[in-house]
Amino acid sequence: MRKLSLSEAIREAMVQEMRRDPNVILMGEDIGCFNGAFNVTNGMLDEFGPKRVWDTPISEAGFMGMGIGAALTGLRPIIEFQYADFMFCAMDQIVNEAAKLRLMSGGQANVPIVMRAPQGATGRAAQHSQSVEAYFMHTPGLQIALPSTPYDAKGLMTRAIRMNDPVLVLEHKLLYGTASPGGGKSLTDTTISDIGIDVPEEQYEIPFGNADVKREGDDVTIIATMLMVHRSLAAAVEMEKEGISCEVVDPRSLVPLDEETLLTSVKKTNRVVLVSEDVDRGGVCSELSALIMEKAFDFLDAPIERVSADNTPIPFGPAAEKHVIPQIENIQDSIRKVLKD
Amino acid sequence: MSFKRPEDVATPIQFSGYEKPFLKLLCLRMVRAREFEEQLYYLFLTTKMPGTMHQATGQEAVAVGVVSALNADDYVTSTHRGHAHCIAKDVPLDVMMAEMFAKRNGVCKGMGGSMHLCDFSRGMLGAFGIVGAGIPIATGAALTSVVKGTSQVAVSFFGDGAINEGVFHESLNMAALWKLPIVYVIENNQYAFSMPNDLVSAVSDLSLRGCGYGIPGEKVDGNNVIAVYEAAKNAVDNARKGDGPTLLECITYRIRGHARFEPAKYRNKDEVALWEKYDPIKRFKEAAVADGVLTAEELEALDVQVEQEINAAIAYAKTGEEVGAEDYLQFIYESQKESGGNE
Repeated sequence: MRKLSLSEAIREAMVQEMRRDPNVILMGEDIGCFNGAFNVTNGMLDEFGPKRVWDTPISEAGFMGMGIGAALTGLRPIIEFQYADFMFCAMDQIVNEAAKLRLMSGGQANVPIVMRAPQGATGRAAQHSQSVEAYFMHTPGLQIALPSTPYDAKGLMTRAIRMNDPVLVLEHKLLYGTASPGGGKSLTDTTISDIGIDVPEEQYEIPFGNADVKREGDDVTIIATMLMVHRSLAAAVEMEKEGISCEVVDPRSLVPLDEETLLTSVKKTNRVVLVSEDVDRGGVCSELSALIMEKAFDFLDAPIERVSADNTPIPFGPAAEKHVIPQIENIQDSIRKVLKD
Repeated sequence: MSFKRPEDVATPIQFSGYEKPFLKLLCLRMVRAREFEEQLYYLFLTTKMPGTMHQATGQEAVAVGVVSALNADDYVTSTHRGHAHCIAKDVPLDVMMAEMFAKRNGVCKGMGGSMHLCDFSRGMLGAFGIVGAGIPIATGAALTSVVKGTSQVAVSFFGDGAINEGVFHESLNMAALWKLPIVYVIENNQYAFSMPNDLVSAVSDLSLRGCGYGIPGEKVDGNNVIAVYEAAKNAVDNARKGDGPTLLECITYRIRGHARFEPAKYRNKDEVALWEKYDPIKRFKEAAVADGVLTAEELEALDVQVEQEINAAIAYAKTGEEVGAEDYLQFIYESQKESGGNE
C-alpha cells in the first residue's frame, strides 16, 4: 500500500477519472497556473490542458452557473471553490438551480457536478474559516460528502464524479497535509491520526450513505466528521486511560445519511456524543440529535451531548479561535457527562 | 419617467430574399405563442389551472426571430416569461398545456409549471424563475460546445431587469474572455415588474453594456420579426465560427401586466395603446399582405391551424392524470446511474 495525504488522494481521484472520462473538466480560481490555493490540482493543467482545466475569473456565481450549464449538456464539471466561505457568492446557482433542476424538469435534467470546498478554522478569521455543511444539508437535491481520511477522500471523490446529481465534497484544510504553492507551512493538526493513509493506486468508489466505524467501543458512541473524527479518536485514547471504551463513527456523507450504522452503534452503547466543527445552532449535531431522539429514544441512558462550534463568527485571535472550535478536552468533558449516571 | 416610443424604434419589415415557407413559419410561431397565452389567460379564469403565469404578449417577435436563427440542436435558456421561447423552439403545445394543468403528461411531469418549462430533447434548457439565473447556465452550455468541439450555439434570453444582476456581468466577461459561442438577448420590454428602465439602469441604452466586455452590442426593433431574425442570424453565425458572443438588445413592450392579473397601474393607458398599434403580429401580417408575399387567406389558414393545435393541446391536457401526492419522490435524486449526463 502507498501512503497519501488527503490532498494527494483527492487529486489522484480526479486525475484518474479525467483520464478515464473526457467529459470531466475542472473550473475554479487559481487551479491551473498556480496549481490550486491548497495545491490540490497540482500538475493538472499541464496534463489536461486549458480545455479541461479552466482558470476562472473571481466570479463564483458565474462559474458555478456555467458548471451547471455544462453539466446539463453532457460534461461532468468539478468546481473548486477556493474557500467554502466563497460558496455563498454562488448561493442562487447552487440552491435555486443545481439542487432543483432535476425535480423542476420532471427528471429530464441530470446535473452531474461536483463542488469541492475547503473549510474549517485555520487562523484565517471569520470569512475563511466557516464549516458550511448545515447550509447545504438544508437543501434537498444536493448530496454532501465530508471525508476524514485520504482513503475515504479518494473513494468518495471518485464516486462523486460519477454521480448524476450535484454533490458537495467538503475538504478540511487541516487534513490536507500539503502546503500552498504560494509558500507557507503545511497545514496540519497535532491530532491527525494515521488512519486511512494507505490508499490503493487503482480506482475505487465509496458509496454515499455508508458510514464507517473508525474505532470500536462499548460505553459511548461518538459521531464525528472530518477533523473532528481525529479529535474524537484522540479523546477516545485519553478516555481509555480512565477505563472508558469509546466507539467513533464517521458518517462520511451527511446526505444521504447512513442512519442504520449510526443507530446500531447508539443502540449498542446507549450513550451519544456528537462532534462537528460547524456552529451549534441549527447545525449537524442538532440534526443528528433529532434523528436519534426519533429513532432510538428508548435506547438512550443519558441526554445526547453536542460538541460543536460556538454560535459566533470565527474570531481571529488564536486563543479565541481555539475556544470557539471543539477541542479534545471538550469532547472528553462531554463523554464524562453522558457517562455520569 | 419616460418610455421608449415605438415610432422611434420601429424599422420597416423587409421581406425580400425570404421564401414563403420560412415567412409562414415565423408567423405561425408568433401566432402560436400569442394564442397559447391568450388561452391560458382564459383558462385561468374559467378552470382550476393552478399557479400563475407571465405573459409575453407583444414580445413574440423577439423569441421567434432569435430562435428561428438557430439549429434544432442549439441551446436556449429562458425566463419566468418563457412560453414564447419554448414555442419558438418547437416544444409541443400539448405537453406544455398539460404542464400548465399540473398533469403527469406535462413536459415536466407536473413538477415545474409555467416558470420552469424545459425540453432537453429540443435544447430548451429551461425557463428559470430566478431573474438572470439562466445567463451563466447558457454560458456553460456554450462552454460544452467548445470543450466537445461541437458547433452548437447557445442563446440566453432575459429581460431588462436581469442585466442588473451580478451573473449577467460575470457571464459576459467569461464568454468574451473565452470567445464562447453564445448570444445574449435582452428582451427590453421596458419594465422590470413595476420599474421602468430609466429608474433602475443608470445608462438607458442597454446595448452599451457590451462595450465593457469588448463584445458587440446591438439595438434591434424587437417588434419586427425579420429585423430580429437578421440581427440574431448575424450574431449566431459569428458565434458559430468562433468569433465569440454578442449582446442583442431587442426593444419591445410588455402589453400585459407583470403577472397573471397584475393591472400595471404604474403606467398610463396612452402608452400601452400606442405600443398596441405596433403589435408585432399585426405589423407582420399587414406588411406581408401589403408586400404581396403572403395573402390574407394564407394568414387566416395559419390562425385556423393554431386554433386547432391549441384545442388539441387542451384536450390532451384534460386526458392527463393529476400529479400524485408522492410523484415528487422520484425526482429529488438519481445518483444510482453509473455514467451518462444528458447526451
